[in-house]
Amino acid sequence: MSTELAAPPAGYTGYIEEDHHHDYGGDVVFGFWIYILSDCILFATLFAVFAVLGGNFAGAPEAVELFELDYVLAETALLLLSSFTFGMAMLEANKKNMKGVFTWLGATFALGAGFLVMEVNEFIHFTHEGAAAWSSGAWSAFYGLIGTHGLHVFAGMIWMIVLWVHLWRDGLTEGNHVRLMCLSLFWHFLDIIWICVFSVVYLMGVL
Amino acid sequence: MASNHTVVTEPHFLFGKLTFDSIPYHDPILVTTFSVVVIGSIGLLGAITYFGKWKYLWDNWFTSVDHKKIGIMYILTALIMLIRGFSDALLMRSQQAIALANESGAGYLPPEHYDQIFTAHGVIMIFFVAMPLIVGLMNIVVPLQIGARDVAFPFLNSLSFWLFVVGALMLNISLFLGEFAATGWLAYPPLSGIDYSPWVGVDYWLWSLQISGIGTLLTGVNFVVTILRMRAPGMSLMKMPVFTWTSLCANVLIVAAFPILTVTITLLTLDRYMGTHFFTGDMGGNQMMYVNLIWAWGHPEVYILILPAFGVFSEVTATFSRKRLFGYSSLVWATAAIMLLSFVVWLHHFFTMGAGASVNAFFGIATMIISIPTGVKLFNWLFTMYKGRVEYTSPMWWTVAFFITFTIGGMTGVMLAIPAANYVLHNSLFLVAHFHNVIIGGALFGYFAGITYWFPKATGFTLNETLGKWACGLWTVGFFLAFMPLYVLGFMGMTRRLNYYENPVWNMWLLVAGAGALIILCGILVQFYQIFASIRDQRHNRDMTGDPWNGRTLEWSISSPPPFYNFALLPAVRDRDHFHDMKNLGLAYKKPKQYHRIHMPKNTWAGVVISGFSLVMGMAMVWHIWWLAILGTLGMIGSFIVYTFEKQKDYYVEIDEVEAIENAHYERVAHANDKRDDNAAPVTISI
Repeated sequence: MSTELAAPPAGYTGYIEEDHHHDYGGDVVFGFWIYILSDCILFATLFAVFAVLGGNFAGAPEAVELFELDYVLAETALLLLSSFTFGMAMLEANKKNMKGVFTWLGATFALGAGFLVMEVNEFIHFTHEGAAAWSSGAWSAFYGLIGTHGLHVFAGMIWMIVLWVHLWRDGLTEGNHVRLMCLSLFWHFLDIIWICVFSVVYLMGVL
Repeated sequence: MASNHTVVTEPHFLFGKLTFDSIPYHDPILVTTFSVVVIGSIGLLGAITYFGKWKYLWDNWFTSVDHKKIGIMYILTALIMLIRGFSDALLMRSQQAIALANESGAGYLPPEHYDQIFTAHGVIMIFFVAMPLIVGLMNIVVPLQIGARDVAFPFLNSLSFWLFVVGALMLNISLFLGEFAATGWLAYPPLSGIDYSPWVGVDYWLWSLQISGIGTLLTGVNFVVTILRMRAPGMSLMKMPVFTWTSLCANVLIVAAFPILTVTITLLTLDRYMGTHFFTGDMGGNQMMYVNLIWAWGHPEVYILILPAFGVFSEVTATFSRKRLFGYSSLVWATAAIMLLSFVVWLHHFFTMGAGASVNAFFGIATMIISIPTGVKLFNWLFTMYKGRVEYTSPMWWTVAFFITFTIGGMTGVMLAIPAANYVLHNSLFLVAHFHNVIIGGALFGYFAGITYWFPKATGFTLNETLGKWACGLWTVGFFLAFMPLYVLGFMGMTRRLNYYENPVWNMWLLVAGAGALIILCGILVQFYQIFASIRDQRHNRDMTGDPWNGRTLEWSISSPPPFYNFALLPAVRDRDHFHDMKNLGLAYKKPKQYHRIHMPKNTWAGVVISGFSLVMGMAMVWHIWWLAILGTLGMIGSFIVYTFEKQKDYYVEIDEVEAIENAHYERVAHANDKRDDNAAPVTISI
């Protein structure tokens, strides 16, 4: 059969003779991208659930009665701004400026916390108004989707604290830089998800 | 048992729903099983303590991040779970063989027990036998086939394994503490809702699958990165061995499909624990959404199971036909096509939902289209055998048994894909026969072929060939005897999951099916004896060269078992059958001039400990013991954070050590070649 290969180049031994360097940090960032893809599908599923159940208020107060766009806009502004501050932290990290990293990470943390406080406050308010997670299918889907996003933000903030300690102890080592990059990916990703939430849930909710 | 326990609706502050009543001491079958398990466990643990092996186990296995050891542990756990899952099968077959009666109470299994048995059987066989078998094989083989020293994230690999173990453990605990779900393996609401399943069975199902599912998702991420980024220099995508290709596709499916399972299970959990209305029948919930979601994961899942099995057959056929695989690229493209198509067919699991003619037609046709790439593969294997010098070793027996069995299963699948016919066959034993036909005759036979094929690579000695052929024969005959009658019964209108039946005509067929199950039992017993006998006789079966089958791909170029770092020097690949190429060029088994230090990951406690806390969390959630669940969750997060602060997660293997290990291997090879020269010159056939 014609599958004979050409003769190998002279000196071919079948293995690499020199020491081989592997980019482990690159593996981690690439792996994190794959994880984010899987998280995308997680949110896609929750959006699909919201699309199916979103109109089934079953006697509970309807979204259009409760949503206050100004309030949500403020929430959105906090989160978008936190993405910007994280970007600044990354720029400072590339400049190896520790002080700058700490400052901008601190700002990101504060903005994230502000977002979460506003979100929880909204949840409490809605629940008081009779729109709790157990009130109807539509509200279950609402809390399911937005709650999952909120939990992600919360997890990101815990991660931020842990990373803070890492940076404090060891400085901007290669490992910590990779961690910072992954958290930054995660944080921007949550921002994008929130933009979808804002459009699909809130904007379309008040239409 | 559902009939004897009291359902605690207001959980106690300290003990949740747990009472003395939760232990099913009324049921003689369970008490007997429990005693056997307890005596066995005490014996095993006692023996480990007596021989002082705890430290050895902890240091060399439990905390190991070596992909080969993790793979072996996966397969061992799967075989243990196979005993449990198959016992359930025997219980069902024997119940149906005698349960001809006009009213409930026939046979020896009451309905609430029988329902748990068929649920547990399905869950165990898919999640805790098939999945670990294939994940185990991938662990052992993929890094070796691509010339890598470990997977991309060794710690995550260990964590995946232990999370899977926790899932399996919870499922087994449910047998003796509380109950298991009595809902069928996919736990459709409203039956799985809190109104109809008020006690802990469904909760066991939820948490056991949630925890092991997270482990599987991590495996998926890990292997996608491993295969895409850690291949040996020169190995482009189209030079990857087919098993690695099919594993890549299966892991992409895991990454894409398992998040859907995670969400679906979580939403059902919220319905049961918080009273939300995702899948309830009232208040705006939607039960069919659950069925859609679970199958949007479930259908890709069956391809996660079967694609790597296709990879095994490709390796086995090429090796034992002594030929290059026929139509490599068409096989790769067929695999990729199946991977994509597997996401657009989920609705064929419920044509009877009433989605309308157009929707059903779309999904029916999409389903039939899948048979085209699958058919392509069968021809690839057949043409590989054509004009080859086929050597009928036991992996080849499994492969040929697969060709025949799987083709029949595929054809009945196309029958089920016709929506009009599906309205008759849906939920009948015809369906049960079909999916056992493809999962046993397709996936499982593939795993057995793969285990036999790579066993010497993992352990250093081959399995007994004669017993392997006996096992394959018994399995195949037993399979046809056990499942062909179910096709007939399906046409006769017998629905699945019946605890008793009135139609006397069915009885004969069920007796035949029962006999088939007994023959499969013989096959399994022969397999366990095969493992035992092969370990006993390992001196005679030893694989000295690392290449017992005259293999073609990279994994056969190193010793059996491979050194912990796999490859002393990374291969420079120029052909997809790299090792075959090396043998042709006379470059195999040549000592390299110089070695280098090798960078390796250190073992870690973290996988075991984090998973241990997940067991605490899972059990506490099942029993509604909130304080313990919080402790378990904090333990998981806390131990993970502690792990991130550990320094020195890796180390270097020095050149002396590498050289000593490699020299020992070359000596064994030289010794083996001397011995071989006494008999006859090795036959090499070049293509």
